[in-house]
Amino acid sequence: MHKPLPKTLWLWQLALAIAMFALWWGLTASNILPPFFFGEPLKVIQQVGVWFIVGDIWEHLGVTLTETVLAFVIGMGLGLAAGLWLGLSALASALADPYVKAFNAMPRVILAPIFAVWFGLGIWSKVALGVTLVFFIVFFNVYQGVREVSPVVLANARMLGASQRQLLVHIYLPSATSWVFSSLHTSVGMAFVGAVVGEYLGAAKGVGYLILQAEGSFDINSVFAGILILTVCALLLDWGVTLMERRLLKWRPGHE
Amino acid sequence: MSAALHFENLTVSFPPRRRSEAPWRAVADTTLSVGAGEFVSVVGPTGCGKTTLLNVAAGLLSPTSGSVSVFGEPLTGLNRRAGYMFQSDALLPWKTAAENVGFGLLLAGVAAQEAAQQTRSWLAKVGLTHAGERYPHQLSGGMKKRVAMAQALIVDPKILLMDEPFSALDVQTRQLMENELLALWQNDRKSVLFITHDLEEAISLSDRVIVLSAGPETHPIGEFFIDLPRPRDVSEIRLTPRFVELHQQIWHVLRDEVLKGYAQTVA
Repeated sequence: MHKPLPKTLWLWQLALAIAMFALWWGLTASNILPPFFFGEPLKVIQQVGVWFIVGDIWEHLGVTLTETVLAFVIGMGLGLAAGLWLGLSALASALADPYVKAFNAMPRVILAPIFAVWFGLGIWSKVALGVTLVFFIVFFNVYQGVREVSPVVLANARMLGASQRQLLVHIYLPSATSWVFSSLHTSVGMAFVGAVVGEYLGAAKGVGYLILQAEGSFDINSVFAGILILTVCALLLDWGVTLMERRLLKWRPGHE
Repeated sequence: MSAALHFENLTVSFPPRRRSEAPWRAVADTTLSVGAGEFVSVVGPTGCGKTTLLNVAAGLLSPTSGSVSVFGEPLTGLNRRAGYMFQSDALLPWKTAAENVGFGLLLAGVAAQEAAQQTRSWLAKVGLTHAGERYPHQLSGGMKKRVAMAQALIVDPKILLMDEPFSALDVQTRQLMENELLALWQNDRKSVLFITHDLEEAISLSDRVIVLSAGPETHPIGEFFIDLPRPRDVSEIRLTPRFVELHQQIWHVLRDEVLKGYAQTVA
């Protein structure tokens, strides 16, 4: 058995973050690490404050988060549909197998320039990149989920009179959902990667664009400030997934 | 009146694992019937194709040759008049006990209110009124079997197919469940085909016990009418002289097959 975690755990977690910042500050303030390359934590936090007070960060953050959420939702929808379809049809899955493997093995970031040409420099080229990243994670999990439905549960539902459509709704979909959720934490991160990398490669708005701008003028503190904001956003998104997971997967052991 | 379930010269083969081998004939030339309202048990050594027989009755598996008829009509596709209680866990893990019990009604499109009322009544019948909101992983083995029993019976099948439903339970829980099954069956006398490897269970529950030979090419080798009075209490009836006598008779036939079956698993 594990020892029960102390109730004050979050305090310790906060303390750890402060200690890391203190270490960073100590190393850069004493010039052990050159502040020009490693930034200065106080100025980084100041920069974050300025962005939020002046308010020009909101637009960029809004764009990045819109891209992330769109990539996440579209990628998940497509992955779910394709996973169910290929999982249920042996012929379709045999036919598509080499192509699925090929696309998955391909480093998807190289598609970014093509998407920029197809969808322009607005949000849709970033969404498209995010979708290609999210899609495969969800797709493989749903595919697996459909294949691993217990044959006994399936036979039981059929004996109770389930039609093909009812099997899909009551057996395949819930079974696949539990597999999708195990991948959702990874895929929400991937949607974020798609958005930021897309912006980094060419955009007029977004946090990735902001970071690129700062880097261009050797403003390392702003680069770190952008990274800090992205990290906090990623944490919040992950937390949102956890909440959703608790609601939808309450039937699973260890999810009460 | 035609039998509820009738197998005529049934043979079931499975394709061989290697091309050089002959197909595996799990069941061969089996003729067997279950009368309307009759409780029939089939006993046989482990791995003799009992479940195959049940899957054919359910329409989940088609026989290689021979025929199955249900109330006089040949069976095509799934057996819509049969309920099936599986050996292993067949509950839907993402539905609560109550939702599992009412699942058949939901599939049949029964109105929500009517379904909810029937579900409550069945939960009460199997003694799980307090556990309706729990998920299967929160239930004990015995409770899961109760849910499975209510789930199969709520749609009121005319035939009940049971595949060693209580084999995973401990002896005490098992006898409790057997008594509950008998009590429920006593009410409306469905036709039951009950598969088990436990001879005592078979005798104490059934009107008739059929002994199967060891596999492959399983076929019935003995049939015994159980004339014990009903209603029965499964733990008490085992102590009566008639039970012991029947047990000896059937065991005499079954023993050689069990030894054969055992020799095969060891070899």
